[in-house]
Amino acid sequence: MWDSFGFEFVNYYFVPGLVLGCIYALGAIGITLTFGILRFANFAHGEIMMTGAFLTWTFLELSKLIFGFYFHPLIACIPSIFIAIAIALSVDRFFYKPFRDSPTIMIVMASFGMMLIIRSLVQVIWGPNQITFVKGIAKPNGILRDLSGSFDMMLLVPSKHIFIILGTVIIMLAFNYMLTKTRIGKAMRAVSDSPDLAKVTGIDVEQVIRATWYVGGFCAVMAGVFMAMDTQFIMSTMGFRMLLPMFAAAILGGIGRPFGAVLGGLVIGFAEELSAYPWFGNGPLLSPGYKSGVAFSILVLMLIFRPSGILKGRVF
Amino acid sequence: MDALIGYFLYFLSLLSVGGIYALLALGLNVNWGFAGLFNAGIAGFAAVGAYTFSLLTTAESTFHYGGLGLPVVIGEIAAFLIAGIIAAVIGIICIRLRADYLAIATIGIAEIIKLIFKNEAELTNGPRGISKIPRTWEHFSEARYFSSQPLSWFGDSQSWQAFFDSLVNWWWQPLFAMTILFFVFVVYIMLEKARLSPWGRMMTAIRENEVAARAAGKNVTKRRVEAFIIGTMIMGLAGALLAQHLRFIEPTHTFDPSKMTFLVWVMLIAGGSGNNRGAIFGAFLIWFVWSASELFLNGFIDIIGNIFNGMDISMLKNRSGYLRMLLIGLVLQFVLQKYPKGILPERRPAASGE
Repeated sequence: MWDSFGFEFVNYYFVPGLVLGCIYALGAIGITLTFGILRFANFAHGEIMMTGAFLTWTFLELSKLIFGFYFHPLIACIPSIFIAIAIALSVDRFFYKPFRDSPTIMIVMASFGMMLIIRSLVQVIWGPNQITFVKGIAKPNGILRDLSGSFDMMLLVPSKHIFIILGTVIIMLAFNYMLTKTRIGKAMRAVSDSPDLAKVTGIDVEQVIRATWYVGGFCAVMAGVFMAMDTQFIMSTMGFRMLLPMFAAAILGGIGRPFGAVLGGLVIGFAEELSAYPWFGNGPLLSPGYKSGVAFSILVLMLIFRPSGILKGRVF
Repeated sequence: MDALIGYFLYFLSLLSVGGIYALLALGLNVNWGFAGLFNAGIAGFAAVGAYTFSLLTTAESTFHYGGLGLPVVIGEIAAFLIAGIIAAVIGIICIRLRADYLAIATIGIAEIIKLIFKNEAELTNGPRGISKIPRTWEHFSEARYFSSQPLSWFGDSQSWQAFFDSLVNWWWQPLFAMTILFFVFVVYIMLEKARLSPWGRMMTAIRENEVAARAAGKNVTKRRVEAFIIGTMIMGLAGALLAQHLRFIEPTHTFDPSKMTFLVWVMLIAGGSGNNRGAIFGAFLIWFVWSASELFLNGFIDIIGNIFNGMDISMLKNRSGYLRMLLIGLVLQFVLQKYPKGILPERRPAASGE
């Protein structure tokens, strides 16, 4: 089976699809959590992600300035996670909290405005142009190449992709542990199922909301940094560009279902990459220019035919 | 005197763009203010109108489809209708989505529309865009217009050429601004009629309490699709006027969602959704604030440059546009929290005794 077809398919379509899917999955977790617990579509989520990537770039440059060499992005992103969570919490405090008891649409509008504010702030501080995140061409990981080559299944996976996939798996396991085993994780699920009932049983809803921003902010920054590691550049519109696939992933998996979001993210990531594969004949199935339209088409089809998503989520 | 004319022309162009935004805000008011439909795809629908108009009215070109060279009025009507047809298709599919789902879907549709305009290069010249779009009034001074009917009945090419040469070069600008304001006025009158009619009152009923409206035997879905189509048609017309004003359109920067979609939302929310006068007032107010903030910010940056001598202000200058966007975002947040109903709140026909 491992002929030129398998080699091309796995290395140039399957692995990139998996990487993209991991990034979407992390982003979609935050969206589905806010959707489930605060009950609104947070349009500013992509911007938190983008801000995290820009902050990480700044810390990378600082590390070069102070220590004389570049840290690994996964180390440089640690301080930016704290800053991004602080931003998410203060946005919630000043711009979302006043609308807790108003119609949903008010808070959606507010998040709409937040998207604008955060993005313009980033553009004022860092400028609107594309910035190189990591320099150089990513070479395939040598160990994996030799190892898989000895089985006659050559895998050309750059180290950055291995980091992204492993990192996502670790975050998922930790997240799973938190939701099922810890007190705050159980409280989050309770509020997501029924906020009134949760309040009656003595759960501090505001605390749960803060926890939501912690988890959402953390996952958003990781997704942003992974995205930046993958494409090797950052720009101020990357958040908006990823917002739609992440919404699609959240809805595809079922609103309020974190693992649905992961599943949805993987499906969307694979669908986007595999849509360019020459399934029939020689040309790509879909012109690569339309790649970003794939997520949206899936989104609309889901909304029409199965709005509850794959893992029966909530329908508002 | 020259400076005075300069200010006058600046004011006219403010009026023109303000009018275009007023049309967009009126269209959005039908979607959101009347029917409660969260349409976040304004840029896409305006792009449909703009591209329809441009492809139909430009002179024949090798870069994109046609350039059919049709009269401007036909281009405007076509922009109006094509936007309506596209909205009908989208509306029938998406109309039963809840507010934030509809917002996500319409953002996506707008991006898809822009993607199509960007990728179908044979039709639209792709990212290089369409140029030399005829502008109402000014286009009469182009040879291809005055050398053909009906203008050729009144004089031959030479005499028309001499006539246009004898005019000041901005003769068309007041007429163009007035044409746009005329469109705003007509749309406003029609929407006021619609708002006070049984149709408009039914809209309010559906928006306020859908279940009750349905129980009263109203066809809620059909009314919503209607509101979606009408609002979008107005946006298509505004797109056609925008194409005329700019004379050059391309998919990415011309129809940038932050300037086309979010700014219009801020205008409607600030002016007062549900109130047509509020939509127009909000559009002009925010547009004037937006334009004035350019002058103020640049002046402010100059002052900073003077105080901190030797500081490099070119970077601040380059980014002042984003600073303005930031201010507009803060205006939206302020209005949302302090004046949730807008500066001119909605007035119900029954309560105000109209």
